Amino acid sequence: MTYQNDTLAALADRTRREIFERLSAKQSSVADLARAMPISQPAVSQHLKVLREAGLVRGTPQGARVIYEIDLAGLGPLRTWLDRFWDAQLDAFKKAAETKEKDQ
Amino acid sequence: MNIQIAAAAVKKSVTVEAPIERAFSAFAAMGDWWVKTHTIAASDQKDVTMEPRAGGRWYETGMNGEQCDWGKVAEWQPPHRMLLLWQISADWKFDPDLITEVEVRFTEEGKNRTRVELEHRKLEAYGAAAKAMAESFGSEGGWSGLLAAYAKAC
Repeated sequence: MTYQNDTLAALADRTRREIFERLSAKQSSVADLARAMPISQPAVSQHLKVLREAGLVRGTPQGARVIYEIDLAGLGPLRTWLDRFWDAQLDAFKKAAETKEKDQ
Repeated sequence: MNIQIAAAAVKKSVTVEAPIERAFSAFAAMGDWWVKTHTIAASDQKDVTMEPRAGGRWYETGMNGEQCDWGKVAEWQPPHRMLLLWQISADWKFDPDLITEVEVRFTEEGKNRTRVELEHRKLEAYGAAAKAMAESFGSEGGWSGLLAAYAKAC
């Protein structure tokens, strides 16, 4: 699945992972990130582009700057997994609750 | 400036053919029905316990007797509602800094019929825990494992 590959590839790079971690702690602009890390603004922009395309971060224009933050839609796979997870658990719960009822 | 954005909650409901008290106590006896493949104990799951009071522990006991915390019981209102704190990270480890909520509500629909609604929310905490996720993303049961399971299910 493309989405999966994109997500994993995006985070496999150490610098991108650091950008992702920094954004998870605090929203930042390209300039903020470049100041905090030993890489140039164009390099930061390039990494943000990959993260953005993987659905991990998103940018919102704020005046002349773009502020980047973690894209919570990037929680999509986890949410989908939890969705199925609770389906399976509630299914098992229903069986247990109804069996118990018959026993007593 | 740091804007907190809420992630959409996971909401589920199931109707069981049981009186509300029985539905509540059956849910609380989680070890009786929990799908055992989802365990954080090293020696496989023997039981799941939620202490029946606000502030109680919610933990798993392994076959070798070891206890692994899952989270806490935040509110306990039998037979109508329980609020649990789920503190298990995406790589199936207890993380005291990760707090998500699982609210379970029980509604009487008949003498022998109860609607059970489950809401797993504050999932944005997983965003805050992105660091841990990124670190664990190479592990079998971790982030990549979840994504792989998700991809397989699609």
